[in-house]
Amino acid sequence: MRFAPASPPHLRPATSVSRLMGEVLLALVPATAAYVWYFGPGLLLNMLIATTVAVAAESAVLALRGRPVGAPLSDLSVIVTAVLLAFALPPLTPWWVTATAAFFAVVFGKQLFGGIGYNPFNPAMVGYVVVLISFPAYLTQWLPPAGFDLAAVRPDLGATIYYTLSGQLPDGLSWDVIGGATPLDQVKTQLGLMRTVQEVRAQPLYGVFGAHGWEWVNNFIILGGLWLLYRKIIRWQIPLAVLLGLMLPATLFYLIGPGTYPPPTFHLFSGAAVLGAFFIATDPVSAATSDRGRLIFGAGIGLLTYVIRTWGGYPDGIAFAVLLMNMAVPAIDHYTIPRAYGHGHD
Amino acid sequence: MEPDRRLWRFHGGLHLPGHKRLSNVEPLDIVPVPARLIHPLGQHVGIPSEPVVEVGETVQRGQPLSRATGYICSPVHAGSSGTVVAIGPHPIPHPSGLDGDCIIIDTDGQDMPYEGYPPLTNYRTLNGPALRARVRECGIVGLGGAAFPTAVKLNAGAGLRLLILNGAECEPYISCDDSLMRHRAAEIIAGAQVLLHALEIRDCCIAIEEDKPEAFASLEAAVRRADDNRIEVVQVPAVYPEGGERQLIQVLTGEEVPAAGIPADIGILCQNVGTAAAVARAVLYGEPLISRVVTVTGHGVTRPRNLEVRLGTPLNKVIDHCGGYTDEARHLIMGGAMMGFALATDAVPVIKSTNCLLVGSDADIAPRQPASACIRCGECAQVCPAQLLPQQLYWHARADEFDKLDPYHLFGCIECGCCDVVCPSQIPLTQYFRYAKTEIWARERERRQSDHARERFETRNQRIERAESERQRRLEAKTRALKQTRSSAASKAVIDEVMARVRAKKAADERDAENGDGG
Repeated sequence: MRFAPASPPHLRPATSVSRLMGEVLLALVPATAAYVWYFGPGLLLNMLIATTVAVAAESAVLALRGRPVGAPLSDLSVIVTAVLLAFALPPLTPWWVTATAAFFAVVFGKQLFGGIGYNPFNPAMVGYVVVLISFPAYLTQWLPPAGFDLAAVRPDLGATIYYTLSGQLPDGLSWDVIGGATPLDQVKTQLGLMRTVQEVRAQPLYGVFGAHGWEWVNNFIILGGLWLLYRKIIRWQIPLAVLLGLMLPATLFYLIGPGTYPPPTFHLFSGAAVLGAFFIATDPVSAATSDRGRLIFGAGIGLLTYVIRTWGGYPDGIAFAVLLMNMAVPAIDHYTIPRAYGHGHD
Repeated sequence: MEPDRRLWRFHGGLHLPGHKRLSNVEPLDIVPVPARLIHPLGQHVGIPSEPVVEVGETVQRGQPLSRATGYICSPVHAGSSGTVVAIGPHPIPHPSGLDGDCIIIDTDGQDMPYEGYPPLTNYRTLNGPALRARVRECGIVGLGGAAFPTAVKLNAGAGLRLLILNGAECEPYISCDDSLMRHRAAEIIAGAQVLLHALEIRDCCIAIEEDKPEAFASLEAAVRRADDNRIEVVQVPAVYPEGGERQLIQVLTGEEVPAAGIPADIGILCQNVGTAAAVARAVLYGEPLISRVVTVTGHGVTRPRNLEVRLGTPLNKVIDHCGGYTDEARHLIMGGAMMGFALATDAVPVIKSTNCLLVGSDADIAPRQPASACIRCGECAQVCPAQLLPQQLYWHARADEFDKLDPYHLFGCIECGCCDVVCPSQIPLTQYFRYAKTEIWARERERRQSDHARERFETRNQRIERAESERQRRLEAKTRALKQTRSSAASKAVIDEVMARVRAKKAADERDAENGDGG
């Protein structure tokens, strides 16, 4: 009897890239629901547009590269990129802004470097930063959360679709009526007007920790992140380091000047800090790989985010911080090679 | 009994499905002596042994068939009595699939014992070297799978303090040590006592994974019966690859064996429990290594079980004894599901390192999925017991950048396969590391050869050059000498000639003048 060849080990992985990416998408479901509850159906529309463009762009580049299209698409990584990108964009975003971001994320952020596994930068953040710099006006208009009587009128689904397609609000609606800026943006502007943090936070937009609505979206993002930790899809080093890297300077400056610097909980629960910590900085391809390296990588993101938020020109800094630390990854990896077994404690 | 021994843990590792119950519920069975035994001359780590019998010779059970030809070598012994019918190449179980020199015996059914090794029941009156000599002549090698000559390992020198008997048996499907510990605990304890005496130390720790409570109870009872307080039986958590020597030492002592060293460097000697039993039989009964316990398992065999098998028995006879193959049999693996290698044929014999025959169905051994790109998730590094960065090793190995592997300690890899089993991209990492190692060894060998050739070439050139310059120098010296003699003679001749000419001219002038005056 002849037997089939095999090379050890003979056990097969129970996991796969598509399963990992699928779990990431699953972990975003509660946050998506909360987001839609507070900020309307715009997110779903953005997800649809981003996913369509991202999948089309990935397929096109793979075809141009002469690669099989099916297998790389089925790993779901392109959908994760599109969904995270949609999370970063405002609930009301014109379609061409979303499409541009998705196109740049997939083509320039990922495929031109060789596709999944080879991209030095987080693709979703590449796409986001491109539109943040190119269309700043569209990216600062945010809706206030529902349920707190913050706006006279809320755009319904029809108005949302109208704005997404045309980039203009339908007759009878204006940004003055429906919305405003993000809490981080508002704090930055108001502090610029010599108001104190207490005065700003006394405004009806703000809740217990951060801003109304944002708090709950972030709670559900944390829930999803904890799920990923429990499932060992991500490890604790990066999220913890990002949050500590942001909270430590925030606490320090808040203690020094509570009138000038928002409290650390505000930093944590407003903006993209939690999303960044659990879902964006943890993208393994563009992050550092060793445990020690991940702590450094995450702490750098947190710290840079605080610096950009506090003294930089943009209200939130997660995207820039992630991209900057992506650049530092080869150096971090080089200097954090773990001590191998039997090689002494040097 | 001391209170619970403190345990440490090693980095990484995996909780794998054991599949041990497939083979360890049946009692230990014995395979009858087959009509033909095949004894490979090289079935241990080191150089092959050299035959001491000839074709046509009659041999007894346990008679030496070959002798060690070097220090790291081990003789083989006849598995039963019979006639040597051939000495030459025959298929052997080896990952390469190549043939090896074997001594083939047609058994006579008498199973007559060889009387050349008297039992050393008085071993307490013998010293280490004498016991080592017995272990060596009885052909005992490590039975955990590595097959390193035990006598060499026992020659550890001074500074030893702890003997570890490895009964962890962490690899899925294998249960031969479990079976041995359940059924032959007294032999293992006797072996431990012989080893402690030979090594002149007083501390022995037998480590068993927690998933083998029967084996633990059996050994505990045997220690109590032997009433030997030097021996302690310890349960350790079931984590693969805890049975790895370096991992087990770390679990029991918290110490790491230096990367370039051996356990003896930190005062520890590690032996498999089966090896200890074999030592006991060699010393106390004068019985060389001619049989071992083999696990036959997997869904490709009708009645999986543990068997005592004479070394040299063809695998197909062993499988026949287990009721033959099922329709699902697809793979034949020697060893376990993590580190065992695939055999193409069952016409090869059981050898000293054959701990397990895994006859795998497609469910036991699923085909590999095509690999996709590494996403740098780092799970491989999380489970690596050698604390390496498999993904970095893979990156450079794949690109053939072997010089860049240095800071990542490729040779620390024990090829346990943990990284493969957690890789979401289904990359055959261990294969890449085996490839890189062989490639580096091959290049090293090539480099040494070419260095040697270049040195020879350069030496030859230098020699020729030296000879040439020597010749040149001699020639020059000769020419100079010749020239010197010649030049003095020549100048004299020239001067003479000139002088002669001058004289002649003078004479002529004088003659002319005389003629003129007179004219």
